[in-house]
Amino acid sequence: MAMEKRVVFRSAWLPYALVAPQLAITIVFFFWPAAQAVWFSFQLQDAFGMHSEFVGLENFAALFRDPHYLQSFKTTAVFSLLVAGCGISLSLLLATMADRVIRGALAYKTILIWPYAVAAAVAGVLWSFLFAPSIGIVTYVLKGFGVDWNWIIKGDQAMLLVVIASVWKQISYNFLFFLAGLQAIPKTLIEAAAIDGAGPARRFWTIVLPLLSPTAFFLLVVNIVYAFFDTFGVIDATTQGGPAQATQILVYKVYHDGVKSADIGGSSAQSVILMVLVIGLTAIQFRYIERKVQY
Amino acid sequence: MVEHRPLLKFVSHAVLILGAIIVAFPLYVTFVASTLSLEEILTVPMPLLPGNRFFENYAQVLTAGTTTGSHAAVGSMLFNSMVMALVVPLGKISISIISAFAIVYFRFPMRNFFFWMIFVTLMLPVEVRIIPTFKVIADLGLLNTYAGLTLPLIASATATFLFRQFFMTIPDELAEAARMDGAGPMRFFFDVVLPLSKTTMAALFVIQFIYGWNQYLWPLLVTSEESMYTTVIGIKRMIVGSDAANEWNLVMATAVLAMLPPALVVVLMQRWFVKGLVDTEK
Repeated sequence: MAMEKRVVFRSAWLPYALVAPQLAITIVFFFWPAAQAVWFSFQLQDAFGMHSEFVGLENFAALFRDPHYLQSFKTTAVFSLLVAGCGISLSLLLATMADRVIRGALAYKTILIWPYAVAAAVAGVLWSFLFAPSIGIVTYVLKGFGVDWNWIIKGDQAMLLVVIASVWKQISYNFLFFLAGLQAIPKTLIEAAAIDGAGPARRFWTIVLPLLSPTAFFLLVVNIVYAFFDTFGVIDATTQGGPAQATQILVYKVYHDGVKSADIGGSSAQSVILMVLVIGLTAIQFRYIERKVQY
Repeated sequence: MVEHRPLLKFVSHAVLILGAIIVAFPLYVTFVASTLSLEEILTVPMPLLPGNRFFENYAQVLTAGTTTGSHAAVGSMLFNSMVMALVVPLGKISISIISAFAIVYFRFPMRNFFFWMIFVTLMLPVEVRIIPTFKVIADLGLLNTYAGLTLPLIASATATFLFRQFFMTIPDELAEAARMDGAGPMRFFFDVVLPLSKTTMAALFVIQFIYGWNQYLWPLLVTSEESMYTTVIGIKRMIVGSDAANEWNLVMATAVLAMLPPALVVVLMQRWFVKGLVDTEK
């Protein structure tokens, strides 16, 4: 942020005119609603928005007394760790292999980046079709193995389904970043280790993995943010938070309570808590980026 | 490679082929399902080779939608999605490039304050301010309009950062030369900065096209009329009941139509796509 241009232009009004459109949209659609979220979170409203009274921190207190909300925290933690963990390890495996091969590399890459183009809600629809309890093709195969598959009534299977769909969609992103990270590792390092007699596995653990750790850490944060917010479509198109809130992550609960149950105060209080979480995650991301710049 | 190890090479290909099959399998099944009749899909297990209902299914969804779920024609949904996929990136690029230009090439009171205002929006994704943003749109009378669908998604801190970062790499000599030749700031912007920014704009466009096309939560909130549905919303509205109650052949034909434009952009503009992805995260 310290960098500045030496040569600048002068005008009393032009710079304001140039930033005006962005600032206008930012104020109307970001700051104003965010301020309202904070304001609503201190109020109790009836379902039609006709009456409201100031209740201080009562909405927050009510949330933390609500076992469903605390459960939703736990669900979100499990969900995001599974999505980040599975997504990162699978794509690291694929990227490491893709970095080794020459023939067919473009074909593999083209197939593996395709899911990025698929909307989260569409990814949810595709996977719920494959895993549909009565007609799904994967369900049919699972039955052959003696697995009783029905995510519509079984909570852990519903969680598994949304994790699979979310990981599938994010795999392209992780894969591309790992591949870029692998290709940035100087070949001379690998060759030197090979001459010293280190085999491929040894080289992976002692050279490649440590050098990839900044990428992996970055992807961990990005994947957690993704699991927190961008998987809304996956969940709405598949389980809708069910069965019995088994897949109701925090963002889905904000939507459910605010839009479906019209609990404006409670939903806004949840929004405020989420905002605090996002600020924390963004701060981690930026501290990391600052460190990366110093290298 | 460093050394020749046939076994390792074999394992690498095997892992990649397996990975590619697993990743591509849902896409393949979707395509197959979109060419079958409903009876064929409902037989367990469904056939895994394309059927002969390709034209019937696609013609049906494009003009008339489904019969059990939403009746909205997918043709108009594709148009709405395309509006979002074009207006969001073009709007974002235009407002971000000029605000970044102002912040980099001018010194003016409140400059840092404006910069931080834009920066903070990174921390306010739509998902965390659902209800109040909806209220703002409703108060402005923008429900079920293209403006309501696109405007709130246009502001973007990442795009402004990306342009700012790129402008910092433009040599000062260019601005100096322009000033000596008597060019004003806007002349410099259009003749020097804009042409130099082409690559950055292309990369941003690809990423934002996909972002705009794939929006879900926002259109779900602000559109209630069928004529304003986007394709992704349309698919959701076609699914009405449990498994067998849906016309999956039509749902899947719509899913293929919903995936195709962004997928083509990703595959055909792979170079810009990868650059855009990597750059916007720096």
